[in-house]
Amino acid sequence: MMTFHRRIATQINIMGMELHAEQSDYAEMENVEISDTMLFYHVRGALKSAVEGDPDKYKQLVTVMGPDERLVPEKVALMVTCLKALSGSVSCLDIVHHQSLISSILKMSMWNYGTDVMDALMELVISLATFSGQYVDLCLEMLVSNFMPPDSFISLLNQSRGILRKGQVIDHVHKTLIFIAELVPLSPLRLERIITERMPHIFTKEPLILIYVENMLKLESGEIGDRVGRTMLLAVMDRLIDLDVDIAWDDILQEDFTKGIFDMELEDLEGPVDVGQQDGDELRISWMERYFSGNLNAQKLDSLMVLTFEHLNFCKESGRLRQVFDTLLQSFQLTVLTAYKSKFAQFVLFYACSLDPENCGRRFADTLFHKFKTSRYPEWRMSAVAYLASYLARAKFLPISFVAEYLESLLEWCSIYCSNQSGGINPKAHKEFYAACQAMMYVLCFRMRSVLAVPHIRSRISKHIEDILRHPLSPLMVCLPSIVEEFLRLAKVTRLDVPDNFVSSNLLESELSMAFGGRERLDMFFPFDPCLLMRSDRFIRPNFVYWSMVRSSYDNDEDDNEGTSDEDEIEICTAGKGMNIANDGAARSYDQDLDEFDNEMSKMSITPKVAQWFGGELRTDMQMPSRIRPCPDSL
Amino acid sequence: MEALKECCANMVVYLHPSKANKVEASVYRQLSSLLFKFNESLDGVVLTYEPKFSSNLAKILPGIHPYFGVRFEAKLLLFHPKPDMLLEGEVVKVGQQSIHIIVLGFSSAVIADEDIREDFKYKIKHGKEVFVSRSHKKHRIKVGTTLRFSVKNFDEEILHICGSLVPSNTGSIQWLETKAEESQAYSITEKRIGNKRAAELLEPANIVSYRKKLKSENHIKKSRRSKSRDS
Repeated sequence: MMTFHRRIATQINIMGMELHAEQSDYAEMENVEISDTMLFYHVRGALKSAVEGDPDKYKQLVTVMGPDERLVPEKVALMVTCLKALSGSVSCLDIVHHQSLISSILKMSMWNYGTDVMDALMELVISLATFSGQYVDLCLEMLVSNFMPPDSFISLLNQSRGILRKGQVIDHVHKTLIFIAELVPLSPLRLERIITERMPHIFTKEPLILIYVENMLKLESGEIGDRVGRTMLLAVMDRLIDLDVDIAWDDILQEDFTKGIFDMELEDLEGPVDVGQQDGDELRISWMERYFSGNLNAQKLDSLMVLTFEHLNFCKESGRLRQVFDTLLQSFQLTVLTAYKSKFAQFVLFYACSLDPENCGRRFADTLFHKFKTSRYPEWRMSAVAYLASYLARAKFLPISFVAEYLESLLEWCSIYCSNQSGGINPKAHKEFYAACQAMMYVLCFRMRSVLAVPHIRSRISKHIEDILRHPLSPLMVCLPSIVEEFLRLAKVTRLDVPDNFVSSNLLESELSMAFGGRERLDMFFPFDPCLLMRSDRFIRPNFVYWSMVRSSYDNDEDDNEGTSDEDEIEICTAGKGMNIANDGAARSYDQDLDEFDNEMSKMSITPKVAQWFGGELRTDMQMPSRIRPCPDSL
Repeated sequence: MEALKECCANMVVYLHPSKANKVEASVYRQLSSLLFKFNESLDGVVLTYEPKFSSNLAKILPGIHPYFGVRFEAKLLLFHPKPDMLLEGEVVKVGQQSIHIIVLGFSSAVIADEDIREDFKYKIKHGKEVFVSRSHKKHRIKVGTTLRFSVKNFDEEILHICGSLVPSNTGSIQWLETKAEESQAYSITEKRIGNKRAAELLEPANIVSYRKKLKSENHIKKSRRSKSRDS
């Protein structure tokens, strides 16, 4: 303390402060101790004199608080003391006369200083915000602007020094916000408005946007989470969707209408460390890089989603997942469902459901089904049933009884629908019906065997399936041919009663399917197809049903040969630029169950006739398999 | 509390046609957007509302979206502190320079050190910050005290009150009420004594004009009462 005061004394002398008469008795500067109280009165005096028209001392004070490239310890110590003195003098502050001082304080970035300055600054901000209403917004804005570091700090974020500083700043900012909220109960309302207004747009640098969202999620789980949490989550989901829609389809894939839906699934993500597999791994990574390295938004989205997943883990551990899920579900219905073919943002819901299948998993399916049955807009209804189908097919964590229950409800709906119809094929008029039929067939493609294993289900659904498929509305003719074919093939294997007079066309899609899909091509919308974002996918994959896992289990059972091609060969496609992803089909999951599948079994499935369709040429280099299929017209 | 008042307002809420099957809920939702905000036309911060629908008919506005106007009478509770009003709130922070209070759970109030009367002295007792009255040691203001203070000004934007503890009828409510009870009890005792004396004096020899006697007794009582109030 002695040294501290001596330094202050030296600085004060330089500042030209007048010492009191009592102090002038001290001959040596080293012996002078300027107490904090004295400095406090000096600061008060400076503020008052500025109001009275004598700005000299005040200007010195402004200089102390101003930005300085060189942060020598003396300067820092002076700054801390002045900040503390100002905390005690807020009643003397005038927003007009002391505007330059207030604005230089509120422009300070905690990222540039150590914890002593942060503590003093925090104290001052709290005093300001709680003293007068006119400072509340300014103080909150100052704190929110401290969510992100200055540009000069970004490069330090990866270093241990930067990480330490980040922790300190976030800690201080949040403590200050909570303190202010305790003393000014209405401040959280204003805070949430400020945060959403200042949220960085999607073109901001990735580290900055990540830190900002990290702060938002921390607020959500913090002490004022019950007041601001909902707004924070909604804003984060909105930002995810903004990034999602900004990723163009062109960036991801090529148009190829000849491949079957099931053939194009990008399977492997991390192969075993095995010579044969390493190539596949590198190829996949290079493929990802090729398509996403240029796409900064995809990387940002990936990082943000990982942040959100980690937050959901935290919510689950603290027992708050169900409340958070309420907000996510609401956001989903407002923005994700209504966005045109959201690509990845919906995986946030998927992951949340995987953390709590009993409650959240079920609620998600309930909401989707309800939306399908009751929404005003046909596009939303079709979108909802596409989400439901993809969800039931892919969510490994859902108990099969649950899937069977929903399937049955869907079949009942379709059955009732067609019992009320008398006409023939009309894709546009009955688009919801065709969407529901396609959904039913899609789910059964993935889950046929396991659903039929549920006791008594076969008898309950067979009748419905028969009624629906044999009805003059002819869903088999209208729905996506590749799905219809796969469904019929699997139905035959499992001896489900389906019409066998269907003529396969070997096409992915047909004019009729395009007609019911409409301009948005909702006939080709499979929202929970494998996530193409590398880091996010690691969270998803343990809970995900890959096509190869399903397909291979049927291959064993098939008695008759469907075609001349060897089923283990990889699918070939027309010429085009693409990466060879041979042997990439190993379905990797961190689940122990999948270890039993060997490489042979887990290669991507093929539809042999399709191979023949390409003039019989069998080529080993593969087209980049894209499982997200846009509508060519819509792009 | 002086700053609270009830009012009846005739209001009309224009609803989108999609809300036609849930009119009441929509009106409540619209009214809830008024809460905790200062409303100039109502001249106060709306704290509660109670709509009363007199008719189930509403006029439809012409236009692209045919909104319909639902008329009703609403009973509202408004909060508008004005200077020199007395308010009560819970102390949440005590500092050397200020006392922070929360009024009705939503409005923040602060009393700066220059607005705290000289009688109160800032102390730190058992590690806690407290203001203690110099003249009455039992009169203390600390975190959790319910405080009565007078209003200096009110910021309508953020609903922040600047208060003052200068008037003598301000301070810890607990202490003020105890004091008021004591003085009331004292004055009742005085009255009894006064009555007893009057009864004694009512012997024939001592009968003076009864009225005169009572007057003088009352005078004594009053002065005693005023003394105890001022202290």
